[in-house]
Amino acid sequence: MDFAFTEEQEILRKMARDFLAKEFPKTLVREMEEDPIGFRPDIWKKMAELGWMGLIIPEEYGGSSCGFVDLIVLLEEMGRACLVSPFLSTAICTFLLLDAGSGEQKREWLSKIASGEKVFTLALTEPSASYNASGVSTKAAEDKDGYIINGTKLFVHDAQVADYFLCAARTNLWSPPEEGITVFLVDARSQGIKITPLPTIADDKQNEILFERVTVPKGNMIGELNAGWPAVKKTLDRAAAAKCAEMIGGADWTVENCVAYARERTQFDKPIGSFGIIQHYLAEMWAEIGHARRLVYHAGWLIEQGLPCAKESAMAKARMSEVYRHCTRMGVQIFGGIGTTREHDMGLYYRRARQALPLFGSPDFCRERVACEMGF
Amino acid sequence: MNLCMEGGVKMDFRFTPEQEALRKEFTEFCKEEAKSAPEGWIGGLAAEETDEGWAYHQSVVKKVAAKGWLCLPWPEEYGGKGHGPVEQLIFNEVMAYYRVPAIPFHFMTVAAGIMVYGTEEQKKEWLPKIARAEINWAEGLSEPNAGSDLASLTTTAVADGAHYVINGQKVWTSGAHRADHIFILARTDPNEPRHKGLTFFINKIGPGIEFRPLIFMNGSHFYNETFIDDFRVPRENVVGKVNQGWYVMMAGRNFARANIAFAAGGKRDLEDLIEYCKETQEGGEILAKKALVRHRLVELAIDFEAALKFAYYIAWLQSKGKDIAVEAAACGYYASELNLRLANTAIEIMGLYGTVTRESNWAPLCGKFQDLCQWSSGFTIAGGTTEIRKNIIAWQGLKLPRD
Repeated sequence: MDFAFTEEQEILRKMARDFLAKEFPKTLVREMEEDPIGFRPDIWKKMAELGWMGLIIPEEYGGSSCGFVDLIVLLEEMGRACLVSPFLSTAICTFLLLDAGSGEQKREWLSKIASGEKVFTLALTEPSASYNASGVSTKAAEDKDGYIINGTKLFVHDAQVADYFLCAARTNLWSPPEEGITVFLVDARSQGIKITPLPTIADDKQNEILFERVTVPKGNMIGELNAGWPAVKKTLDRAAAAKCAEMIGGADWTVENCVAYARERTQFDKPIGSFGIIQHYLAEMWAEIGHARRLVYHAGWLIEQGLPCAKESAMAKARMSEVYRHCTRMGVQIFGGIGTTREHDMGLYYRRARQALPLFGSPDFCRERVACEMGF
Repeated sequence: MNLCMEGGVKMDFRFTPEQEALRKEFTEFCKEEAKSAPEGWIGGLAAEETDEGWAYHQSVVKKVAAKGWLCLPWPEEYGGKGHGPVEQLIFNEVMAYYRVPAIPFHFMTVAAGIMVYGTEEQKKEWLPKIARAEINWAEGLSEPNAGSDLASLTTTAVADGAHYVINGQKVWTSGAHRADHIFILARTDPNEPRHKGLTFFINKIGPGIEFRPLIFMNGSHFYNETFIDDFRVPRENVVGKVNQGWYVMMAGRNFARANIAFAAGGKRDLEDLIEYCKETQEGGEILAKKALVRHRLVELAIDFEAALKFAYYIAWLQSKGKDIAVEAAACGYYASELNLRLANTAIEIMGLYGTVTRESNWAPLCGKFQDLCQWSSGFTIAGGTTEIRKNIIAWQGLKLPRD
């Protein structure tokens, strides 16, 4: 039993914190939020040079063969910095490619991800707004040259900058929903693709993607025909745990900054942090994050070990989502009026907490998952 | 650029093979002992209530002591096994999960105080007896006007020849009616402020000590009031230095900080509740299939998982020699509040049946949850209220100003 981060992980954390503080200050966060593309290729390139995109990619494909816990460290720092980038989208596709891609596909695509050359995103969700297999109704029909995809994807992060989509499409209309889905690697510049931005509370670059008779070569099928869902489901577990790591970073920022403010902000001739009620708000925030963090790290460790993690990942996502939402709500309360303004950083976290909540499984979705895993 | 190392020590949630073997041994023992629990046994708190409960408690404790498990983390020179906090926590978890009453009351407070602050003679005299579970202790700490603010206590001890003479009143003396010895924190120097003038005494219960039952709201006799009238304690039964008793008491509190009993025992109770919900219909629908019930059960399951993981995190911190006062405060309030939440949720799910007490055959699960919802109203108070624990987090952990 060992719950410490390694020395290397601490170095990675410090490096990431320093880099993001310098390269991605809150002024840039706001600029990127307002910018329709919201992508800085120069910073992306530097992130790749630091080895971030290749972190979890095996060395043979140009990465550094690190584990999921290393990724957690990095994502915590990204959450703390409110980084606007397609990093998580690309990482999620990395999981899927690692799991389901052929040797040839991995050689071709993972090296391009590691080098920062290509940006990926998962095109899974649809107007059904569901993370279940039954929510996928985009169809891919076999044709002489490959497959023709028709349908609408929605809530797709970073599609506006992605070079490729990993698109989950229905290839068998008659089978049970889980047994008729195939994943395709789709060139974002293909004919018939129309991307429309979907504005959200956190300005987190979601999109609608319309697939109108988009042709995909047969060689772009990731994994076997009709066998895509198990891989997607596994990817979602990891995406949920990864999102939790980002939330930990944001929640830590919230407590640290609220504590600092409570120490210096004076009302009634006393620092507000000397008032019992404020102390207890902060103590609760700290304790709840501390407990939720154990669930997230446990899920992350299971993923790193290649062990089953559906229940643990769902537990972590359900709890961390609610803890982050609560902490940012209390954060605004502690900062008082100024915390409600657009200019104050607290709002950045407040909005992100609400955005993170439904992603890769809302707390309700996750709880249902846990109930099923627990056998009731 | 290489960002991660090869072959180094990484985060690891696994127990060692030795720890797994210990868990197995503890589990087998507890499963066996659980079979001889009196009918309707609902866990440790019932031990002092009835003679059967107390006999069961004593029989298990003696067996545990004979195996040397009472003092797993003690140094070997005092009859312990030199185990770390993680092994101790595994033991506590297994015991609580199987509802086996394995720890004599207040055993750790006294033993740790003697181990850290006692003289060699005291260690030789008391520790082996404590390790063999030959002593049942009554706790003489809280007073009617010294609860959370324990350092304001007013029970006095005055030197008189070879003795100290103690006078005052203690309260919440859990287990006193089953005890043969008592430890008392008393004021020896009225001129010193608060915790600086206190001394820690241990002694056999005798003339000058009178216990009166303080019946808990569910009708149980667990707590007592203690009236102390010229109780004479030999000087050699002062643990630590005179006027340093506060630190002796704190040594005990620090010894086993990660309280896993609420989390492990509660997890077991939740499993029972889930089984009940799977077997019980309401309006033609299985309870466990109702969305609202599922939601509540899973919330509790997540809470207990987090509480258990957090307790092990604390034990690990402790095994690294870290000060864990702040984490322990968080663990304590979180898990005790959680038990209260579990009990209230359970009786709500059970509806009209939820409040039926164990004397009736209609009582689901022997009326355990209506009982727990009363007991657990005290869990968030005893041993440090939720509010005091949050203060510890705020003051010591977050360094917020005390006033």
